[in-house]
Amino acid sequence: MGVTVSMTVNGARVSADLDPRTLLVQFLREHLRLTGTHVGCDTGQCGACTVHVGGRAVKSCLILAAQAEGAEVMTIEGVSRDGELHPMQAAFRDHHGLQCGFCTPGMVMNAIELAQKHPNPSEETVRAGLDGNYCRCTGYHNIVKAVQAGAAAMKR
Amino acid sequence: MHAFSYHRPATLKEAVSLLRKVENAKLLAGGQSLIPVLKLRLASPAAMIDLGAIEEMRGIKLEGETLTIGALTRHAEVAASKDVAIGIPALARLADGIGDRQVRNQGTLGGALANNDPAADYPAAVLGLGATVNTNKRAIGADRFFTGLFETVLKPGEIITSVAFPLANRAAYAKFRNPASRFAIVGVFVSEAAGNVRVAVTGAAPCVFRVKAMERKLAEKFAPDSIARVRVPPDNLSSDIHASAEYRAHLVTVMAQRAVEAALASK
Ligand SMILES: Cc1cc2nc3c(=O)[nH]c(=O)nc-3n(C[C@H](O)[C@H](O)[C@H](O)COP(=O)(O)OP(=O)(O)OC[C@H]3O[C@@H](n4cnc5c(N)ncnc54)[C@H](O)[C@@H]3O)c2cc1C
Ligand code: FES
Ligand code: FES
Repeated sequence: MGVTVSMTVNGARVSADLDPRTLLVQFLREHLRLTGTHVGCDTGQCGACTVHVGGRAVKSCLILAAQAEGAEVMTIEGVSRDGELHPMQAAFRDHHGLQCGFCTPGMVMNAIELAQKHPNPSEETVRAGLDGNYCRCTGYHNIVKAVQAGAAAMKR
Repeated sequence: MHAFSYHRPATLKEAVSLLRKVENAKLLAGGQSLIPVLKLRLASPAAMIDLGAIEEMRGIKLEGETLTIGALTRHAEVAASKDVAIGIPALARLADGIGDRQVRNQGTLGGALANNDPAADYPAAVLGLGATVNTNKRAIGADRFFTGLFETVLKPGEIITSVAFPLANRAAYAKFRNPASRFAIVGVFVSEAAGNVRVAVTGAAPCVFRVKAMERKLAEKFAPDSIARVRVPPDNLSSDIHASAEYRAHLVTVMAQRAVEAALASK
């Protein structure tokens, strides 16, 4: 038995008839071809799949697409404006907050929401806030710098 | 995941009647515990009843001596709530220490209690404050609610609607967390209200439990020293790759003292 799911993804209305088991991340990647959202662990640990649902950063491998019914969903593809990187994306580039880049979409999506709630995050707030995002390359130092710089840039 | 049908009721009444009508149905709140379980095929419900659209089960109310929190209220909402910060600040801090930001943005109070993970944080607060768990059928005292490993007194067809927390004079939660999973290796919630002390421990055993020997000592004198020599026997505690039963027994006393210290500092 299928389920009809409707939501807004990066500003566009989308609707689909899905197997109820479809995870939000599967819907985004396999149905909408928005492959910027990554699957690292598929167990809710690594945060690579982080997107915004109704303005909240959540792990899209840990909710069903149907649970996002009627919600505004934002993925990494939706954060830039008119070909300009989002200030948080730019900060990751400027501060070398990525190496292989696999974790980056999830890092950026979590960091944007963190900065919306904490416009001046301390290093401690950023480190605690990134608890749910694993990076296997950078050692985190430059990610923390990037998030603080990105948060400052978002206020401008 | 095995296949299931999906239902999204808009009201509690509708959810209750679906639960009665649909065979082998399971409630879905945030999905932060249930989706992993389904992925591992540890459960294979035929139908999923998603509570996510039921607005009446959300929200936080501070009235008189009671803080009432809707079952669908997310951990992040409890952590950020002014009413919780005024009423029971220890509860806001506990919620802020659950998992990570993304989990707190999605997981709910009702889901955490119904799940009763042996290392979950909220059960310690509910038992440590002597809260009341309200369902569509009845009001259940904390001392009766938690019955064992992932077990509660909830019956099939029963839905947690809210939890009523009595305000305490002082309270605190001290958690020794597993740095990988963020769950508690040992967490102790301590509260004192009108001379009545409660000490609840999570993470240490298959189910959250009270330490009455500590409660008696703390009722005489609410200070960390009072319980320095009260030890929980390791016999019934959990032993795993993270910590032995003996180590957990040691941690219970240490974390209980830290909780008392924090409770004193909060007033
Ligand atoms: C990476 C990660 C880290 C975590 N770390 C922690 C931690 O440090 N501490 C901690 O305490 N928890 C932790 N959790 C668990 C988290 O708190 C979950 O949100 C919570 O345990 C379940 O809430 P939920 O709303 O997601 O419930 P769901 O997963 O939707 O449901 C859980 C169970 O409760 C039942 N249920 C849900 N709502 C109701 C209701 N209203 N009435 C009756 N039954 C209901 C469901 O049928 C299901 O059996 C973590 C989870 C993850 C993924
Ligand atoms: S893929 Fe979702 S948390 Fe790792
Ligand atoms: S940059 Fe490679 S995992 Fe983070």
